[in-house]
Amino acid sequence: MTRSFERERRTPAAPRTRSMRVMNMHIFSHVLLVVWSFVALFPVWMLIINAFKSKREIYANPFGLPGAWTLENFTSAIRDANYLNYFRNSLTVVVVSLFMILALGSLCAYALAHWRSRLSGAIYFFIIIGMMLPIKIATIRLLEMMKAFGLLNTLWSLFPVYIAMGIPTSIFILTEFIHGLPNELYEASFVDGAARLRIYSSIVLPLIRPALATVAIYNLVPIWNDLWFPLIFINKEAQKTVLLAVTKLQGQYATDWPKVLAVLTLSALPVILLYLMMSKQFIKGLTAGAVKG
Amino acid sequence: MDARAITRPIRRGGGSIRPSGAYWIWYILPALLVYAVFMAYPMLDSVRLSLYEGTTGARRFVGVANYVKLFTDAVVSQRFWNAFGNTWVFFAFHMLLQNVLGIFFAHLLTNRTMRGSGIYQSIIFIPCTIAVLVTGYMFKMMLNPMWAGPTLKNIGLAFLSRPWLGERSTALTVISLVSCWQWLGIPTMMFVAGFQGIDEDLLEAASIEGANNWHQFWRIKLPLVIPVVGMIAILTFVSNFNAFDVIYSMATPNGSPDYATDLIGTLFYRYGVAGEHPIGIPEPGLGAAVSTTVFAMLLCGVIPTLRATRGKE
Repeated sequence: MTRSFERERRTPAAPRTRSMRVMNMHIFSHVLLVVWSFVALFPVWMLIINAFKSKREIYANPFGLPGAWTLENFTSAIRDANYLNYFRNSLTVVVVSLFMILALGSLCAYALAHWRSRLSGAIYFFIIIGMMLPIKIATIRLLEMMKAFGLLNTLWSLFPVYIAMGIPTSIFILTEFIHGLPNELYEASFVDGAARLRIYSSIVLPLIRPALATVAIYNLVPIWNDLWFPLIFINKEAQKTVLLAVTKLQGQYATDWPKVLAVLTLSALPVILLYLMMSKQFIKGLTAGAVKG
Repeated sequence: MDARAITRPIRRGGGSIRPSGAYWIWYILPALLVYAVFMAYPMLDSVRLSLYEGTTGARRFVGVANYVKLFTDAVVSQRFWNAFGNTWVFFAFHMLLQNVLGIFFAHLLTNRTMRGSGIYQSIIFIPCTIAVLVTGYMFKMMLNPMWAGPTLKNIGLAFLSRPWLGERSTALTVISLVSCWQWLGIPTMMFVAGFQGIDEDLLEAASIEGANNWHQFWRIKLPLVIPVVGMIAILTFVSNFNAFDVIYSMATPNGSPDYATDLIGTLFYRYGVAGEHPIGIPEPGLGAAVSTTVFAMLLCGVIPTLRATRGKE
């Protein structure tokens, strides 16, 4: 009797005649979720296993595991296509942009969380409104600006765009987070006579690390995966990012499908691996943009 | 989310803890400048550029001529309204599938007595981390009848082997479905958060009153997560009216076949940046008119939503 009551407490949503029905429902749920997992994974699975097949086998045996595993597609893509160079460019763009977004964003959020005035409220609203507006709308003007600054065909044309794009969300998330920190923290430090900038670097920054991680992930995926701005700003081989190179290699290897698949796998792999290591933070980070409004 | 509310606790600290704006502005300026120069200014200036013709140096004020051309010119307006309509179809697919499937799967995933929910969530979310371009090329290959056609014929599934992307009647539908496949994880996770936020006592009370699962879902849970649908609508709208990569990779920037998959995003790219096929001379003014139209549509949806969510807190 007691046991059944406790179970009732734990599962308040369960109906009265639950034992059989709950069991059945769960089997039904599992079946549906497995089907959906299969639908979500099947194309990715096809992409990866077919990249290990020979050009002939990919037609003869499209769905199965490779009869003879070959790394040839990957090695030739890396060697001939100078893939490592593209990879270095993408990594540079992501690292520099993320660092600047976090540095500028946290500094600004620190001030906006402490400075109380009509002006700061206006500045906050002006920045926050950018969260909902895609920067693509500004493309025509940005292209002319980059041309005027002589930054076209260099990675330098991408940094400012990605940093500007990341600032609204980072300020929204960080301001809210800093505001949630206990006030005693600052008061105690002021008694010690610490300078405000030092409070920022030695107290605030370490404490807001989880929020910084959310902001970093929220920006990392779109920046790594962005095609639009590299496609428009960069036309020089040495400065291309991975995604931009993929469009070129896709055309070049058009008839050599396993090789195209190898290039696609290589370009998707870094983010997927990172995701598998920290999927919880990714889901939180990527949906942060969704609940940010 | 009122910035003034944010700073309230600090006030107790006394004079030295509250420096003036002249001090704080130095913290704010770097981020504000980058944002203003590289996002706010070019966005607003694109609106001005839509009233001009030609590029830097040879720019000429033409008033609303670009808009007149965009909405009424025999060739241009036909392309524009075609892309405009296609984008709404694209949007309709997303809204229907993402909300229905998202609510359905989120409801399954938030069942407290079911195990393995975390693993399912991780798997369902994987497509969201892949570049749209990679997804596009991947599906383009898989949908090519040359690839798996013979195998499918052998196992009696020949009907699956069709030039899905080559026919006007199927191309846009297939591309919309691919895009829905990719993004379903995000609305699902938003609904998961919505269902988890529902007060347990409410459901317990309903259960004591004799409401079965079916009633609880339709009468209590669903009405409580409906606000999430509004949020998803805005986000989907913003991303769909800027969608480009998926068409670029699966159907070329010309929206082939015969502009059947042309969206506002690809139209903007051709008019404003690359030039309309086959001439290839971009018209920045016309492109700016396209982006300004999208901008205006977004503002109509975004500002009321932002106001509403700010007001609630």
